[in-house]
Amino acid sequence: MTLRVTGLKVYYRTLRGDVRALDDVTFGVEDGEIMGVAGESGCGKSTLGKSLIRLDGRMRYVEGRVDLDYKELPIWDDADMNDFRYKEVSLIPQYAMSALNPTRKIGLMVRDLLESRGIPFDTVSAELERRLGLVGLDREVLGRYPIELSGGMKQRAVMVLATLLNPSLLIADEITSALDVSTQRAVAEALVGFRDNGFVDSLIVITHDISLVYQIADTIMVMYAGKLAEKAPTDVLVNSPRHPYTQLLISSLPEVGVRYEGKRLSGIPGSPPALLNPPSGCRFRDRCPVAFDKCGEEPPFVEIGPDHFAACWRAS
Amino acid sequence: MRRYFARKLLIYLLTFFVAVTINWMIPRFMPGDPIESMLTRAGVRTPESAEAMREYFNSLFGLDTPILEQYFSFWSGLLRGDLGLSLWLFPQEVTTVILNAVPYTLALLIPAILLSYWAGNRFGAYAARRKVMDNAVLPVWYVLTATPYMWLAILLAWSLGIVAGFFPVAGGYSFLLAPSFSFEFIASLIAHWFLPFLSLFLVAFGGWAIGMRNLIIYELESDYSNYLRALGAPGKLVRDYAYRNARLPQITGLALQLGVIVGGAVVTEIVFSYPGLGYLVLKAIESGDFFLLQGVFLFIVIGVLVANFIVDIVYVLVDPRTRVGMGGTDA
Amino acid sequence: MIIPDETGRPDESPISEPTPVVAAVPGIGGVPGAVRVIRREAVYFALRNKKLVGGLTVVLVFLLVGLFGPVFTGPDPLAYVGPPAQAPSGEYWFGTTTFGQDVFGQFAHGLRATFFVGFFAGLLAAVLGMLVGFTAGYRGGLVDEVLNMITNIVLVLPVLAVLLIIAAYLEVRSVQVQALIIGVFSWPWVARAVRAQTLTLRAREFVDLARLSGAPVRRIVFREIAPNMASYLFMVFILLFGGAVLFAATLDFIGLGPTDGISLGLMLNYSVKWSALHLGLWWWFIPPGLGITAIVGALYIMNVGLDEVFNPKLREM
Repeated sequence: MTLRVTGLKVYYRTLRGDVRALDDVTFGVEDGEIMGVAGESGCGKSTLGKSLIRLDGRMRYVEGRVDLDYKELPIWDDADMNDFRYKEVSLIPQYAMSALNPTRKIGLMVRDLLESRGIPFDTVSAELERRLGLVGLDREVLGRYPIELSGGMKQRAVMVLATLLNPSLLIADEITSALDVSTQRAVAEALVGFRDNGFVDSLIVITHDISLVYQIADTIMVMYAGKLAEKAPTDVLVNSPRHPYTQLLISSLPEVGVRYEGKRLSGIPGSPPALLNPPSGCRFRDRCPVAFDKCGEEPPFVEIGPDHFAACWRAS
Repeated sequence: MRRYFARKLLIYLLTFFVAVTINWMIPRFMPGDPIESMLTRAGVRTPESAEAMREYFNSLFGLDTPILEQYFSFWSGLLRGDLGLSLWLFPQEVTTVILNAVPYTLALLIPAILLSYWAGNRFGAYAARRKVMDNAVLPVWYVLTATPYMWLAILLAWSLGIVAGFFPVAGGYSFLLAPSFSFEFIASLIAHWFLPFLSLFLVAFGGWAIGMRNLIIYELESDYSNYLRALGAPGKLVRDYAYRNARLPQITGLALQLGVIVGGAVVTEIVFSYPGLGYLVLKAIESGDFFLLQGVFLFIVIGVLVANFIVDIVYVLVDPRTRVGMGGTDA
Repeated sequence: MIIPDETGRPDESPISEPTPVVAAVPGIGGVPGAVRVIRREAVYFALRNKKLVGGLTVVLVFLLVGLFGPVFTGPDPLAYVGPPAQAPSGEYWFGTTTFGQDVFGQFAHGLRATFFVGFFAGLLAAVLGMLVGFTAGYRGGLVDEVLNMITNIVLVLPVLAVLLIIAAYLEVRSVQVQALIIGVFSWPWVARAVRAQTLTLRAREFVDLARLSGAPVRRIVFREIAPNMASYLFMVFILLFGGAVLFAATLDFIGLGPTDGISLGLMLNYSVKWSALHLGLWWWFIPPGLGITAIVGALYIMNVGLDEVFNPKLREM
């Protein structure tokens, strides 16, 4: 499948005004691509993920266009969007461990969900059990209540549920944040397995952990303060980033095998601007070590190399 | 599950034990002499009859025997179903007087509890989903639940009963009729029953509706609800799940509110002179009939405990997790 | 009566997560400053919350009437001051009773009793519930089991029935005793809720830090746990206040109220006893009931407002 997002703006309504969480975002995802979306808290990556499947209470679609396989997704219309949910676009949420109804056996809940979407349970039950086996879950999990499963097991169950109908696009939102390292690896590998086995066409993996997406993503897109900072194939982004923010992010990662005394970890001093009334011009300006006059004018997100985009006057 | 019921039964037995002990202890350890006060209230005139009554009371209370013996004889009397003789309706047995009144109280309580619970849950659930309705009815429900039971009873009695004259406001049935299975008698029963029932129903309804509304809102905003919606589940499925989950704490709430509603029935009966346990309470207090009062107290306690136990059973039936050995209310 | 929230929301805490600024400063020294941050924000929203301000205003109006009314109406509410059974007029704002007593005077005096009982019974129940809940939640083990059993027993006891029995045997009843017995039986749901909160907070990092540093239990409870629950405890007190007012009115109505003086419930009792309904003396029974309903209703609405103030997620858009 192909995804094209053009000029997407999604704001949050608050008592004090609109928080411009996602402010004019344009990018594309190709068939079979795993794209990682990275950035610090509040950069808009979760908002982006949610916008593509379901705007929740406080979110407000402002403008922009999302095309899935050349069909426009009516993300502003909750009812129309329902035809696409789960079947074309699916989600593994950040709260996967509490995403299951605590008072319903898992198998019954899946059945209820499928039947309510017009899919007879029997047509997929065999496949469901097969996939559970693939992630290491026994089929008797379906006869259990969520409270009887461990966090990791619930996570995997939700992953299987989310991909059961072979969606074109799967959004994985911070799904490894609450896990220990070895489980993180298992989950990451499972994601890749979904793509390789054809259960999903393309993946958007949202995380604040660049080292995770480095392992599994084909492309990485870095966001900052509601805007896109840089997007490039993984190797290129990690080894030769051009946006100062990306550069600082990468350099603040600890390297394997290097002791702290040998090379200090550098953070990025300061914090992102508040998105209630964001400053004009480049939003990274105040923290950027190489900012200059022109940064008062907002840099466009342009191609600076083969498949390599950045929003920075210095980079282009 | 067995553990769950065993724990509950233990608590109820202990509670009964504590209630009976309190009941026994109070007159014996209160400042002042209960017998003296009973005598004064009974308005006994001559010293001879006062002496006779005092002796009678002493033997009834067993105050001439050692304390421990008094305690055990109290229990043995209780377990035999002997609650003594009523002073107000002397020489009727307390048990008889109470059993005559219980059907009236149950006739008020059971429909009022069931109907207010059911209606409160339904309307609370509606309000949780429709903001317009919510804004309109929520204040009304708050007012209802803040209304003291007896005041609503007074208002209804005065407005619908006396001013408008639609319903009678005293007694269980018309004083002109003798009990029989005739249509006229039954109609009279219902006419006298309606206002007290309505009063109980309305106040309780407000509380349930607010509770359910809040619970449903909580469920509709939970992670599992959000996820179902993200996967395109229709509103009906999300609402069904929310409703089923919200029912559980509501059932727990029912157990907690039983004592309150019984209290409401007591005062409502007083307002309407409805011949149930509440009316007995009033008469017992007015005439200093401590035996009757004690008897009513014990009856109320037993009734509430039994009702609690029934609610516990219902909870187990409704929460599927308890059958697998976990979940359920705090024991 | 309102069903307390905790029975319905086992996991939900009305306490918002500490802001990142606060969480970065755990430990004994940090919490008071953190509490100040939370309080400042809370005050800002509190002043703007219509329910909170509205409810509080209603309660304050009645409080003022109760405090200052009797100064104008005279010290004895049961005195015979005028012609009997008069409808409200310029002279007697709430009319007179069948005995010629000033209904407004009774109302104002009655409010004093109402507020007294509500406040002290609520306070007693709050303190008892907190003590039992904290101890059970913090200590755990056998202490927890025993306290739990006690809580459950008092919880199941029908409060009104118990109050009936106790009050009936008392020769002389005062407002203080009434407050005492109501308070002594109203705490169980508080204990349960406080215990649940304590269990959650006990497992949080900043408490572990305090324990590691060797701080005594009392200090941990007061400096670490309590400030986080302060908002919740305040809401609990308001509910207890309202509940106590209702209980007191009910007791008074049955005839087991204070043997001296007047109260709103007692006014209702008298009005019914002396056939106010049949005689159409609506000014005798409407004000007291209306007063109770208004005060309790205002308290409940205040509570909803407070919940919105302390729990940002509930604030409407």
